[in-house]
Amino acid sequence: MPRPKATMTQTALSLLLSPATAVGRVTLRFVAELGGLFLFTLQGLWRIFVPAPSWPKIVQQVYFIGVKSIFVIALIGLFTGMVLGLQGYYTLVKFGSEGLLGAAVALSIIRELGPVLTAIMITGRAGSSMAAELGIMRISEQIDALSTMDINPMRFLVAPRLAASLICFPLLTAIFDVVGILGGYLSGCVLLGINPGVYFDRIDATVELADVTGGFIKSVVFALLVAAICCYEGYFTHARQGGFGAKGVSLATTSAVVLSCVVILVADYVLTSFLL
Amino acid sequence: MKKYAMETSVGVFVLAGLLCVAYLTVKLGKLEVVGGDGYQVTAKFKDVTGLKNGAYVEMAGVRIGRVSGIRLDPKDHAALVGLTLDKDVRLTDDAIASIKTSGLIGDKFVKISPGGSDDALAPGGMIVETESSVDLGDLIGKYVFGGVK
Repeated sequence: MPRPKATMTQTALSLLLSPATAVGRVTLRFVAELGGLFLFTLQGLWRIFVPAPSWPKIVQQVYFIGVKSIFVIALIGLFTGMVLGLQGYYTLVKFGSEGLLGAAVALSIIRELGPVLTAIMITGRAGSSMAAELGIMRISEQIDALSTMDINPMRFLVAPRLAASLICFPLLTAIFDVVGILGGYLSGCVLLGINPGVYFDRIDATVELADVTGGFIKSVVFALLVAAICCYEGYFTHARQGGFGAKGVSLATTSAVVLSCVVILVADYVLTSFLL
Repeated sequence: MKKYAMETSVGVFVLAGLLCVAYLTVKLGKLEVVGGDGYQVTAKFKDVTGLKNGAYVEMAGVRIGRVSGIRLDPKDHAALVGLTLDKDVRLTDDAIASIKTSGLIGDKFVKISPGGSDDALAPGGMIVETESSVDLGDLIGKYVFGGVK
């Protein structure tokens, strides 16, 4: 029995439009994800203050995100400053202006490298564990248990992490900046023999308040993005496609770290073009 | 006890961070927390091309202050430059302010040459005798196109 003509045209049409359907599906999912993340962030921020902040939880998270990161932040700050000192020296000495090394090192660290490298390092150290911890709590139904006991999981789990990130990122960035400038001093002045007075005087003369505040604005924005993305990925582990249970947690952690790093660098470009 | 150890380390971390923030903003960023410790005078220049806010003010090669504001005088289209000078520096009312360049292509700064008058310049006063910045490009242009007499 021949097919009715109407169904055949319908099949052909849907076959013809299937690429468009795929694009539409992906777009809708992306937009829904973005909207979910935005609402999640807003709710988390709201829950920091309403009801009153739970300071013990925040202190605990500051300890985990901030105190335990000091060593690694200081270490990479030192080496970043030292390599900038070396590279800057070999570039500047060609123009006979190695006196500008201090300005070059301080400006690139304060404006750019400090906020970005700090954010990426904390993503690797604390962001991944945020996603994994919340993910495991989700798949072992601890978050549902909290809801059952009438404890708001957003306030209990997400808000302290957001608040602690907003506190820790700028402070760690400041530590990174200062240690980085000292690193530049080590390689530039101690190893390569630039006058330390000229080095620090140049820094003093070139760095302006706008550079410093620009760096801090960046680090606050990165704090919000990283904490929100990492908590979101962990919190909604169960809603992911393509993985259940342990696999889901591993996927959530991976995408939290990758997404955070990409978003940090993209946001860095956007912020720099606004701040300049 | 363990809880207090955690709180102590958090406190040390926050204090260390704030110390670094203070160093960056106050020392490097020149944020004036307590009113500043100098006094203001203004100087009127024909041209301040290249001079920036925060540039140094020097007398005999010694730093005595900073440029704290550059704006246009709407009456005669001259540049009014605010100078914040250290308290212990006294200028006479015929001091000469000139804009110099450190090195050939370095930053611009304001150089003040002392005058010979007995009258001191009061805080908030105006330095009238000024020399504008020298534009290297203009000078080269004059030599190339023969504007030199």
